[in-house]
Formats: sequence, structure tokens, C-alpha cells
Amino acid sequence: MLDSNKDALKLEAMKRIVAMIARGKNASDLFPAVVKNVACKNIEVKKLVYVYLVRYAEEQQDLALLSISTFQRGLKDPNQLIRASALRVLSSIRVTIIVPIMMLAIKEAASDMSPYVRKTAAHAIPKLYSLDPEQKDQLIEVIEKLLADKTTLVAGSVVMAFEEVCPERIDLIHKNYRKLCNLLIDVEEWGQVVIINMLTRYARTQFLNPNINEGGGGDKTFYCSDEDEDEDEEKEKQPYVMDPDHRLLLRNTKPLLQSRNAAVVMAVAQLYFHLAPKAEVGVIAKALVRLLRKICQFISIILNNFLFRLLQGMFEPYLKSFYIRSTDPTQIKILKLEVLTNLANETNISTILREFQTYIKSMDKDFVAATIQAIGRCATNIGEVRDTCLNGLVQLLSNRDELVVAESVVVIKKLLQMQPEKHSDIIKHMAKLTDNIQVPMARASILWLIGEYCEHVPKIAPDVLRKMAKSFTNEEDIVKLQIINLAAKLYLTNSKQTKLLTQYVLNLAKYDQNYDIRDRARFIRQLIVPTEKSGALSKYAKKLFLALKPAPVLESPFKDRDHFQLGSLSHLLNAKAGGYQELPDWPESAPDPSVRNVEVKESVRAVGTVTYRDTGAPRAQQTEGSRGCSFPRAVEQSSEDDRKRDRKIKEQKSNSESESDEDSESESSQSESSDTESEVEVKKKKKVRHPDVSFQTIAPSSALKNYELLHRITGEGLSVEYCFSRQAFSPDANMVAVQMHFTNNATSDTKNLHIEDVKLQSGMRVKEFAEIELLPAGEATTAVMGVDFCDSTQAANFQLCTHTRKFFVSIQPPVGELMRPVFLTENEFKKEQSQLMGMNEISENLTLDAKCRNEHAIVQRVTTAANLSRVPCGSDKECRFAGKTVTSGSLVLATVATKDEGAAQLTVNCEKMVIGTMLVKDLLLALTQ
Amino acid sequence: MIHSLFLVNASGDIFLEKHWKSVVSRSVCDYFFEAQERATEPENVPPVISTPHHYLISVLRHRIYFVAVIQSEVPPLFVIEFLHRVVDTFQDYFGVCTEAAIKDNVVVVYELLEEMLDNGFPLATESNILKELIKPPTILRTMVNTITGSTNVGEQLPTGQLSVVPWRRTGVKYTNNEAYFDVVEEIDAIIDKSGSTITAEIQGVIDACVKLTGMPDLTLSFMNPRLLDDVSFHPCVRFKRWEAERILSFIPPDGNFRLLSYHVSSQNLVAIPVYVKHNITFREGSSQGRFDLTLGPKQTMGKAVEAVLVSSQLPRGVLNANLNPSQGTYTFDPVTKLLTWDVGKINPQKLPSLKGTMSLQAGASKPDENPTINIQLKIQQMAISGLKVNRLDMYGEKYKPFKGIKYMTKAGKFQVRT
Repeated sequence: MLDSNKDALKLEAMKRIVAMIARGKNASDLFPAVVKNVACKNIEVKKLVYVYLVRYAEEQQDLALLSISTFQRGLKDPNQLIRASALRVLSSIRVTIIVPIMMLAIKEAASDMSPYVRKTAAHAIPKLYSLDPEQKDQLIEVIEKLLADKTTLVAGSVVMAFEEVCPERIDLIHKNYRKLCNLLIDVEEWGQVVIINMLTRYARTQFLNPNINEGGGGDKTFYCSDEDEDEDEEKEKQPYVMDPDHRLLLRNTKPLLQSRNAAVVMAVAQLYFHLAPKAEVGVIAKALVRLLRKICQFISIILNNFLFRLLQGMFEPYLKSFYIRSTDPTQIKILKLEVLTNLANETNISTILREFQTYIKSMDKDFVAATIQAIGRCATNIGEVRDTCLNGLVQLLSNRDELVVAESVVVIKKLLQMQPEKHSDIIKHMAKLTDNIQVPMARASILWLIGEYCEHVPKIAPDVLRKMAKSFTNEEDIVKLQIINLAAKLYLTNSKQTKLLTQYVLNLAKYDQNYDIRDRARFIRQLIVPTEKSGALSKYAKKLFLALKPAPVLESPFKDRDHFQLGSLSHLLNAKAGGYQELPDWPESAPDPSVRNVEVKESVRAVGTVTYRDTGAPRAQQTEGSRGCSFPRAVEQSSEDDRKRDRKIKEQKSNSESESDEDSESESSQSESSDTESEVEVKKKKKVRHPDVSFQTIAPSSALKNYELLHRITGEGLSVEYCFSRQAFSPDANMVAVQMHFTNNATSDTKNLHIEDVKLQSGMRVKEFAEIELLPAGEATTAVMGVDFCDSTQAANFQLCTHTRKFFVSIQPPVGELMRPVFLTENEFKKEQSQLMGMNEISENLTLDAKCRNEHAIVQRVTTAANLSRVPCGSDKECRFAGKTVTSGSLVLATVATKDEGAAQLTVNCEKMVIGTMLVKDLLLALTQ
Repeated sequence: MIHSLFLVNASGDIFLEKHWKSVVSRSVCDYFFEAQERATEPENVPPVISTPHHYLISVLRHRIYFVAVIQSEVPPLFVIEFLHRVVDTFQDYFGVCTEAAIKDNVVVVYELLEEMLDNGFPLATESNILKELIKPPTILRTMVNTITGSTNVGEQLPTGQLSVVPWRRTGVKYTNNEAYFDVVEEIDAIIDKSGSTITAEIQGVIDACVKLTGMPDLTLSFMNPRLLDDVSFHPCVRFKRWEAERILSFIPPDGNFRLLSYHVSSQNLVAIPVYVKHNITFREGSSQGRFDLTLGPKQTMGKAVEAVLVSSQLPRGVLNANLNPSQGTYTFDPVTKLLTWDVGKINPQKLPSLKGTMSLQAGASKPDENPTINIQLKIQQMAISGLKVNRLDMYGEKYKPFKGIKYMTKAGKFQVRT
């Protein structure tokens, strides 16, 4: 069916194959037949073929190579989805021969203009790394580049790549630390987890321990020190001042505690646990308790994680959330019990014990046993209730269920060991129980108790031994050992009564099947029974056996996991999992904080990366009025045109209105509600009108498209527009000249207008314009700056600074502005074109716009859309254009061949594939609309 | 990250496997089966199992085990949360998440898994995006596809992927613009023998079904937002706004989603809607036990208590129960010893009761534990915490949407100890 030429049949076949794979059947025989279809046009067939390829390519390396060229072609596709999926599959087929191809593809994709493709590139990095670790150095370069990326889409993936490839290169993070902190809230959930975990490690290496002054009374003060620095001098010891970056991290992660994703919450919780000052850790408790309620499985893991480290008081308010329901699975019950035990203190012990009493009646015996142990632990930890607990446990001894009794005995034994003097009656009671209890562990415990405290119960002990001696042969090993022990101890304290019994027991033990018991019997006989040969040891026998034993400490089985990072797999398993990164200790002294100073503080949040979730009220309202483009970044780009249209409409409106009253500018326009806002805007427009007219005459080419750089609202009166002047930028020929028009609409003068803090993709450069000293109110001026875009449409981001404010702005060039015209003759053109065939040629059929059917219109539209020059041509059916990219000087040739009835063919030849495809797109748009 | 995924059904067969990196032999699941055998109940299988080379993290949903294989350090909750997300997605796509449904749609499942995870790292888990990439199977589409040979795989990159609102697709169009919100509250409570409340808390969620054209920006405000103690949001909700004004401001995803979940814990706020009078006794020596249960409404603000279902796990010694319900029907399963009584609606004038005797195993001693009673119920048109939505406003679009809100109270883990 795969060889069929009908897509439907192929699809059916592929579906069956995938079903086979899913069931785990081997479908590798079909490899050649499937690979053939990799170039299939049908997108679903294609996808399924990809699935197949990824599964089997490893096994059939040679055949898999056949498909590579398809992917390589896919990498150049103008559709970003196809570029991305080609890269994904290419990097997923684990064939070592193609490592160089993958490397190249990743590098290229890392500077792709689509963030989605860049994200895919980030995903591909660890794949390549696992295939060939030798590429590490090159990959680190790519990671470094991607780390600088500002889109939220990429951030999570690249940090994941960072963690897999080079977690030790913490230095790469420095420059991106603040950006990551600020973006965090907008990154998708999974990325958040990875970033938070990484930042935890980072912070541990870069900041001081906030709890360093703990106990020295500094606990309270260091908070104040954060806010009011004045107090600093007054403190005696070197006070701890939290690094602002450290604070930034804590502040930005806190809202994520309210994420719906348990993994994110856990990640934040562990971050707080490891990084926050003690007093602040409490905030995580609430969120964690919420997780606990959600799904049972979460419970066990979270509890496992937090149990042993419960900070007293942190969970205490939520005590009742841990009460146990009879429907909980046993595993959960036991964990909850553990929490309750850990939370118990003098104040709440009575409620907890009452709860425990209910639990003891439960049907689930394992759980009952655990409860009894928990009671024992409570009793040891809290002295006051020891007697109550003991009494309660003794009552349990009369329980009909053996398991319960046995468990109680064991616990009582441990408790008694702490203060045996007072409780001889309990011991007596327990001695009576030996007749009934069958559980070996309990019997052994009772025997041990009696032996240990035989002086408290001198009458009963020999009697018990007698009974035991009788049943010795039927006992379990563990009981037998204790019988021997008891016998030995009694022999030493009360040899008159028990001498014969001891002999008897030892004789029985001598012929026991178990060698342990035989050994023990032999050893004890040598030790205690005086013979002629008996050595020095027997003198100490009494000391050996009746030494005072230290009381046992009842401990939770969940101790000693502290050394792993909370919430990690290693931590849960209490064993180091592969790839676990140790959480470093706090540094002695803080490393230089200036390494992170790439960006001016607080700037990032200001305008540069306006995040969706953080914008909160004011911003949302501000834009709601103007067509719901309140989610800034990406949508903004697409809706830019719309907004322009909007503005025009408004401008017209303002025209129609008559006089305007001179209001003072309200700087706080952001907080205005949407209605009044637009009014304000209208008013502003009116004031702007005069300068507007005046600088149209200054502008050299009004035909050029103006783009907005800074809106007058956001710019607080300063508005900036820019256009690509298409003139050579004299200081540097490789730069694109950008002409900027500044208009000061504010009532006050603007001073010291200059550019600062330019952030660019690697390779890009900017030549700033000279500082504008003064821009009086109502005046306008122009300046020219040069930008080397490196032949890509990546935006150049920088800050526009006035004497009072800083604004984050970016210039993104249309592809048509990245070239400059060159003059070629027809022959030269044809020659060049013939060298740029094949992959470098893209042609597209189109229908020309009704208004654009003559040669003149076509030329005008093409030259407006792109900075190309016309090439003379013999035929009037063809228009040819030529240009060179500004930076690399690669030729760009465009041909529009018209046919009948407005049909036309557009051909672009360019060495740079991306430029070519984008240019085609732009020209198509220009010609068809 | 996640290496492979195995789906195991209740009888212990692996019926689907998917590998994102090199193939991991399915024999790795033997460790899982071992653990499964050791566990007495299906829920008791440990979520994380460590094997010599891999770690298995499993989730049990709809009687299917989702077993993820991982090889290196990764936060376990990350994996578990992801697996739950996978299940939710399947449920979203196929209506149910059963073995049969997965087997029927194995290709779609495979395509989904392929999109959701790349190299073991989650790629697209937002259902709005997935639905644009892979259209959910419907009967109509299946028919059209077979006739025209078209596919249910989207050709365009989902626009949401690229925007800052990844949860919403663009270009949504509806003729009827509607937004429905369901406030559902569940009471978790433990009532002790004497009828006093030991612990009671409310888990609430607001589920939304939003079908609005374009890019609407909604704000939802409450009459009494201070009530909400601990909230967790869908990523679309703006935190800052909530913190500052206690208003939910968001651009909703398209379709069904859970807007927020909250928690009300202060006990005096939690009204207990029903009371239970019970008298369950076993006499020493006789092989009979008395069973007497009466239900009555308590604080329900005049709303009817509906769909009441009482269940109780009777002690092992009980052989049979001979009871007489004043309304509804009861069943007793002699094997599991589970007694269920389907009461239906509680009529305050004539309180429902269940009375009768239980016969015990002859000669067996009196069971020392008393059964706990689990109650399920529903109250329509009321949120027991008293939470009320004040108003819903829409910005950013021109049309007038149809808005609806529904309240409902349910019993969550509502237990009465006897």
C-alpha cells in the first residue's frame, strides 16, 4: 500500500504501522518502503513517517541517510512549522554520521527569526550532545547565544539544554540572571520548573546565606536592613544585607506558588526552602498543603520530601488537613501519620492522641501497627504525655488482635526502657501475656524486658523462664535467643532458683538446628557457668549482661535525607540518581555581584519585556480601549498595523474637532480608565499637529514608510518615529541608516537624548547618533543612526534615555531594507542568476492587484517594498531588480514576469535562503494588495 | 527527562509504548509488575520505583497505569504532573480515557504524545494548541476524512505557540458568544461519633466554558473574595491584579478549562449540610448486630439535598445485613462487606432512615472496630461557603456575550465515624 500513489492508502498503511509500533511489535522490515514516503506531500503521512523514522533510524542507519536530504530541504522551508519539525526529526534520528549536519542545522536554527524554531534548536542541543559529547564546546556556544534570547518561548528549553550539557558553566548565567528572573512568570510551566531548579543552584553559589546571622539576634534586623539601609551602620556585627538580585529571585518566584502545576509549586517550595531566610519559608506551607489535597500520589511524594524537615510551626496550622480518612490507601495513611507525629508538641498532643485512638480501631492492621509506633514516638518526644501513652498502650495489650498487642509490646518495651523503676506492674502484666501472645517479635520483647528488669519482678521471672523452657523447642529463633538471654541473666542474678533451668535451656539450645542459637548457647555457657578453665571473662559476665542499656531513641524512618536537593528524585529515593547536581553550599563571601550587571537595574521590567501576567491592572486597562492588544510583545507586532490605522482614525477625529483647551499634561495617563484615556489622547494629538506638519518638510523622502519607535503616551510626551532612509550610512558602509524623528509633545524640555545599553544578537552592531542636548517643548528634530543587522531581521533593542527617563525600544527591519541597490546590465543579471539556481531560487505564481498591472506600478511597488534597483531589460513582460545585502554583500535578484490577465511569476535568487524566502513573501504582499 | 511511556491495563498487559529517546525494552516493566504484586490494593503501588538502570514513575488513572521511564535526575512531581496532563488530554480528546478508547485512536494518541514531548521534555501541553495541531476525532470528521482523504493534522503552526497568550488560539469565531462558569464546592469533613466536627474544609473550583469570538479580556469579581483562602490559578489569570484588587482578570483559553481552584479552611465558615444519627452495635455473644441510621438536613439554606449516597465498609465478621430503608434502595456486597444505600433526595418532613439487623459469623467474637460512614450528596444552586460572583465584564471585543453562572455543592471526602 505504501507504494500506492494515493495518499489515502498510504495514510492507512502508515496508521497500521504506527499501531504496530505502539503495541511494541517490530516493524523494522518495512523501513525501506516507509522511508520512500518521507517526501510525501500529505502532512499526516509525513508526520507518521517521522514517527516511524525516529523509532527505527538507529537500527537502520544506512537507510535512514536516504531521508536526510528531505530534512535539509525542510530546514529551508519558509513555513516555520516545517522548519521546526524538520529540525526536530533530524535531531531525533540518532545516527552518528550526520552529527556535522545536525550541528550546522542547530547553529542556523539558533539564529532563526522564528522563536519557535529557536526553541526547537534548544531542544535539539541535548539530543546532539547525547549522541556525540565531543561537540560540547560548540554546543555551549549555541547555548550561550540562545540564553541571551529574550522570548519566553525559548527560555525554558534553553535552560533545559544548559542543565543537560553544561550545568557547571554557571558563568553563562550571570548575564542572563535578571532576565530569567523577570521572564520566569511567563515561561510555560515545564520551563519554569527547570529554570527554578537551575536558579536555586545558581543562587547557592552566588549569594550569601540569609540565615547566617541566625541566633545572633540578627534574625529580625536583617529584614529592616533590606528596606532602610540607614540602619545598617548601627548594627554591631556585620549585618547581612540581602543581595537585591537574591531578593528579586524570591520575589519573582513567589506568585508561582499559586500555579496549578504541582511541579512548579514544588520547585518554588524547594527554592524557598533552600534560599529564603527562615522567617519567609512559611509561605510555602499553604501551597504545599494545597498540593497534598489534590491527588493521593502527590501526597506521598511531597510528604516524603518534607517530612523529616518539617520546620516546627510551618505546617502546624494545617494539622487537621493531615487527619486520616478510612478510605485513604495504606501508604498515605502511614505518611500522614508520620506528619502528625512530627507535628505533635505539648499544645496539640492531646488532640493528636485522641485522633490516634480512633485510628487504633481501624480495620487496616498495618495502619494500626504504625499508629502504635507513632504513639510511642510521641511519648518519647513529649515527656508529659508519656504516662498517658503508656497507659493507653497497656490497655491495648488486652486487645484481641494479636498484631496490635504485639506492636504495643514492642513499643512499651522501648518506652519502659527509659524509666523502668516506676513500671514494675506493667512488666508483671506483660509477663502474664506470654501465655497468650504468639507473635514472635512481641514474645521476644517481653522476655527481654523481664530479663532486663528481673530485679523488679523477682518472683515472676523464674516462673516465666520455666514456662519458656517447656515450650523452647517450638519457639521461633528470635524467641529462643531471648530465652537464652533471659536464662543467662537470671542465672547471674538469681542462680539459686534458676540454675537447673538455665542448664536445661542451654542443653536444648545446644542441639538446635539453627547455628546462631547453638553458638549463642555455647558462648553463654562458657561465660556464665563457672568451670575450672573459665577465663577472666566470666568475672565480667554480670557486667556484660546487666549493664545499663541506654534508652533507645525512637526515630522516624524518614531521617537523614537532608543532603539532597528537596523535591528531586534523588531525594525521594534517598540515593543519588544519575545526573544529579549537588546543591552547592553557601559561599563564604559573596562573589562579585557586578557580573550580573549587564542591564541597568529595574529596566528590564520597565518596558523591555512587558510580561503578560505581570502587567496587572493599569497596563491592561490602558490598552483595552484600543482594540484589546493588551498582551504586548508578539501580538503587538501583528497588530501594529491595526494600531496605526487606529491612530489615523483618531487623528481625523481630532481634525474635525475645533479648538482645544490647553490642559496641563497628565503624566499619569496610565491609570486613567480607557474612556478618559482616549480623550486625553485626542487632546494630545491636537497639540502635536503643528510640529507634525513642520517636520514633514524636513523629512527627506515622505514616500518612505514611517515606523513608530516610541508612542507619545508611553514616552510621556516624547514621540519618536523612524524610517529607513535608504541612504548610505557614511561612517560604516555595512550599516543600514535609520533616520529618527523626535518630537517633544510635552510641556517641559527634554534634555540629553541619547542611546544606552544596546542589546543585540551576536554579530550585530549599532552606531549611535550623537547626543541631542536639548529638545524644547513642542519642537522636533531628526537624527540618523546606523545599524548593522547582520542580514537578519532580528530586532535591535536599546534604551532611549532622556535626562529623566529611560525607554526600552526596538527597531526591527523589514527584509527589504536589508539590501542596497546595485546596478547590473542585463547580461550580468542573467549570468548571476544562472549561478543562483536550484536551492537558491524561489519562485511563486501570483495574481497581480488590479491597480498594479502596468510596468510602472510594479516597479514602484517592488522598490517601495525592497531597496532594489531596476535592471534594464529587453522584454516588457519582465521586470528585473537587483540588490546586495548590506552586511555580507550577497546578491539579491528579483524578477517579475507578467502574463495574461494579471497572472505573474515572481522569482527571487539569493544566496541567503532566509532572506530570499522572506523577500518573496514581502514582495508578494506588495504586488497583490 | 522522560525516556519512554508504557500504558499498562488492569490485567497487567502493556498495550501501548512510546519512546522519545533510544528504545527501552519493555522488560523494564517487570519491576513495576513486581511492585504491583506486592501492593495489596491498586493505589498502593509506589509512585516511584527504582530499578538498576532506570526509574519508573507511575500514575494510576481510570484503571490504567501510566508508567514513565526515566534515566536521570528529574523532579518526580514534574513527571507525575505531566502524566496527569497526558491523561487529561486524552480525556479531552476521546471523552473517556479507557483502554478501548486509546486502542481505537492509537494513531491520534501517538501523534499527541509526539507533540507533547520532545526528547523527553514537554513541548506543547496546552489543549488549545494541541487541538490546532491535531484535531480531535469526531464522527463527522472521520467520515469526511475517509471520503476526501483529508487529514486531521493541522498544517499551520498554532498561533498560540508564538504569542504571549499561548493558551488561546487566534481567530476563534462563534455565532453564539457564551461564557459559563460553574462554581463547584466539595466539602471534606470528618465528623466524630458524637456528631461534632473534627475537621471540615471546602475545596472549590471554578470551571469555565468560554466560547467567545476573538480575543476577549474578561474580569470576574466576587462579592466576598476574602473568603478564598488559598487559590491556584490557570496560567491565564493575572496575579498582580488579583493581589491588588482581588479581581480575576484574564484572557480565557477557548473551550473548557479550570479557571481557579480555591480552598476555604476556617472551620466556622464551613457549614455541614447533613447530620447523621447512627446506632451501630454488636452484642457480645450473640450473632446479631443492630444497624440504625437516620439522615437529616442541617444547614442548607433551604436548598434540597439531592443524590445522597451512603456507603459504609462493615467489619469483616458481618455475614449479611437485613435492613429496611424508609426510602431508596440498599445493597450489601457480602464479599467486600460494602454497604451502599442510595437515598436520593432528603425530604425534611420525612427523614430517610435505614434500620435492621446484621448477622455475624457464628461464634466469632464481636468486631472491635466500628465502620465509618461515607456520604455523597449534591446541593444545586448553592455554594456552601457562600461565595458569590459579583459580575463578569468583557473588554476588547464589541459584541455582548451571554453569561451564565452555576453553583453547586458536593460532598467530597465526607466521613462520619461511628
